[in-house]
Amino acid sequence: MTADAPGTDGAPLLVLDGVTKSFGAVAALRGVHLALHPGEAHALVGENGAGKSTLVKILAGAHPPDSGEMTLDGQPLRLRGPADARAAGIAVIYQEPTLFPDLSVAENIFMGRQPLRGLRRIDSAAMNRDAERLFQRLGVRIDPARPARGLSIADQQLVEIAKAISFDARVLVMDEPTAALSGVEVERLFAVARSLCERGAAVLFISHRFDEVFDLCHRVTVLRDGAWVSSDPAADLPIDEVVRRMVGRDVSSLYPKQAAELRDTLLEVRGLTRAGVFTDVSFSVRGGEIVALAGLVGAGRSEVARAVFGVDRYDAGEVLVAGRAVPAGRPGRAIAAGMALVPEDRRQQGLVMELSVERNATLARRRALSRLGLLLGGAERAEARNWTRRLQVKAARLGAPVATLSGGNQQKVVLAKWLATEPRILIIDEPTRGIDVGTKAEVHRLLSELAGEGLAILMISSELPEVLGMADRVLVMHEGRLVRELSRAEADETSIMYAATGQGVTA
Amino acid sequence: MAHDSLYAAPPTVEAEPGAGRLATLRGLLGSWDAAVVAALVVVVLVAGLTVENFATGRNAQFLLLDLVPLALIALPMTLIVITGEIDLSVASMVGLCSTLMGQLWLSSGLSLELICVLVVLLGAVLGAVNGLFVTGFGLPSLAVTIGTLALYRGLSFVVLGDQAVADFPADWTAAVVRNIPGTSIPVVLVPLLLLALVFGVVLHATPAGRALYAMGNNDQAATFTGVSVARTKFWLFVVSGAVCGLVGIFWTLRYASARGDNATGLELTVVTAVLLGGVSIFGGRGALLGVLAGVLLLGVLRNALQLADVDANALTIVTGTLLIASVVLPNAVADIRARLHRRRQRQPVAS
Repeated sequence: MTADAPGTDGAPLLVLDGVTKSFGAVAALRGVHLALHPGEAHALVGENGAGKSTLVKILAGAHPPDSGEMTLDGQPLRLRGPADARAAGIAVIYQEPTLFPDLSVAENIFMGRQPLRGLRRIDSAAMNRDAERLFQRLGVRIDPARPARGLSIADQQLVEIAKAISFDARVLVMDEPTAALSGVEVERLFAVARSLCERGAAVLFISHRFDEVFDLCHRVTVLRDGAWVSSDPAADLPIDEVVRRMVGRDVSSLYPKQAAELRDTLLEVRGLTRAGVFTDVSFSVRGGEIVALAGLVGAGRSEVARAVFGVDRYDAGEVLVAGRAVPAGRPGRAIAAGMALVPEDRRQQGLVMELSVERNATLARRRALSRLGLLLGGAERAEARNWTRRLQVKAARLGAPVATLSGGNQQKVVLAKWLATEPRILIIDEPTRGIDVGTKAEVHRLLSELAGEGLAILMISSELPEVLGMADRVLVMHEGRLVRELSRAEADETSIMYAATGQGVTA
Repeated sequence: MAHDSLYAAPPTVEAEPGAGRLATLRGLLGSWDAAVVAALVVVVLVAGLTVENFATGRNAQFLLLDLVPLALIALPMTLIVITGEIDLSVASMVGLCSTLMGQLWLSSGLSLELICVLVVLLGAVLGAVNGLFVTGFGLPSLAVTIGTLALYRGLSFVVLGDQAVADFPADWTAAVVRNIPGTSIPVVLVPLLLLALVFGVVLHATPAGRALYAMGNNDQAATFTGVSVARTKFWLFVVSGAVCGLVGIFWTLRYASARGDNATGLELTVVTAVLLGGVSIFGGRGALLGVLAGVLLLGVLRNALQLADVDANALTIVTGTLLIASVVLPNAVADIRARLHRRRQRQPVAS
């Protein structure tokens, strides 16, 4: 546990007070408070969508807050861009560092401000020497002259940290830095973080791994649904209290799934494995059933869905629809077998943004709508009109590019596109991400109706109320594996979060 | 991971139709095709009035014959560019097909009918090589087809050296330039127009055509919709090669000459015509009728300039300028339209 926690009674280094940020209709942060003290390692925890990433982006200068105060050393802090954040001494280390792979380590550190000698030539020797000195301060050994390509993720993060301290960063934000690291690498990273704290820097550490949070951090701030919940010394805070605070919200019957008669098994997945992504995933979904795939971002849920649908290949296992194997890596065959996938990222994967509502809504049905191989006589228009009406898509015209629609209406177009194929199995990844409350309720009612009609629905969702309200069964993934299966009766926020954070069996 | 997309970007507001003046301006800017057709009319009128021998039946025949290779290759090129790829090796494929036709006629003893079939098949194979590198190895088509542009041209000189084969039967060489009786319109325009109809129908009225636009705009979304992006692109390159085989035959017979340097530089003209016809170099946008208008405009312009004794270098300058203009102008127009659109969106918020 934490040793001599630095005093929090002194003047804080960085303060956020009442910071608010909305994206369109979605409030990402609502009046968040955070105080970082010199020499402190401070953990920021919360569910998916609690607002952690938005907070990081505000600190990185990528998003300006809508309202609220930020102060650094008591002085008001305004960040107009990433350069301002860097000048203010705030550095952000991401899970996947973004180095220039073909430049040397030292060049990556000193990009844009290389030491120069006569005729504005880069003084490589001085640059390597300076980089070497930074690495000595960090107590790590990386050759400054080697190219960044081929460095492990852990070493790349250390290069980023070296860059940060070369800017005299006093606030180091680490956004899930350990997600891709091995145990030894985590220890080395933490040693560096501790030594930075000893020199008076503040570290903001974002992680889903509670053991690490309590190993490194002095204080823990919990966010929930974009709002600040608590900030407490880590030593006084049991893990299950953290989990309770992360999820503890009113679970009203917002999303009621109507009971539906369970029919035959329609989708069966056996031993699905993709090396390094997910391992030995097996489950089945029956007609009339909604099965939720829960877990934290990065647990491999979307990757499983993509492999089942054939967009990604897999190394082992098989996918069966109504008892018949579906070939791997062939979305066209999966569609023919009666599968539909409403993907996670509707802008990149679900829709062709430049094409019209009509073309998008009928793209998956283009063959079925043709007569003698030709698409003539307004068949697409009639089909699109039918489905956009049934789902109450609000669009100026069917010919309008789908990019001009609101997020909720775009999601309805994706649903229309796939429901038009009359699937037997609907895989739906984050069905209500980024859409307003009214449309959410519509989508949930629709999913419930579809299950009632006998569809097998596999729903991936990071919103626990949605999972609890909609799912007949909940499968929980943690780091690429299915770790728990919970019936509707067993599933509650705590049991899911325990499994999803790898606390597993003791719940 | 989509770690940074926890929240969707702000939803776009569907704006009310803007003020009349802005709407008119948008309408004018939107009609690229109309501008091409208008330019075509202007060029024909000006050339007819000022260039000697332009408005003659004999020139109409030459003009249309000159258009045939350009129009034929533009057909598959349109489809390829709409998917976001490009084939720059077309002229070299024509050259290689032409020299192989010459070499086979010279030394194989096969009938000319059979040779023509073989040449089209050979063109398809050359296109398949392009397609394999682009889709099988995932290389950018720009790089691959610049490579095969050089490779195929080099091979066509290997086949015949710098000699030419010219002794093709007179009835064959006369047939390709024959006019429809009583007109100045060459007979070869009939199969050309039929082929254009086929390509137009495929692009605009079949499931496959829908898939081409989808993958040109967003190949990831197309993949998620069950479109076999790689396979489709591969076959487009094969078709492009086969059409180049046809053009190789036509070129050889029209000039009664199979030479290694046949059709050199034609790829520049074809790409210019396609872009001039309103196809976006970034893929996903364009129509076949627009391309045919672009082919006509470019063909008429080059013909008129040639008649006016403008030298070949100046012609290349004109073509290059049109190429740049047809890439730059639509972007500039789209930029202006986006700005107008934003302004219209801001207005309701401000009031």
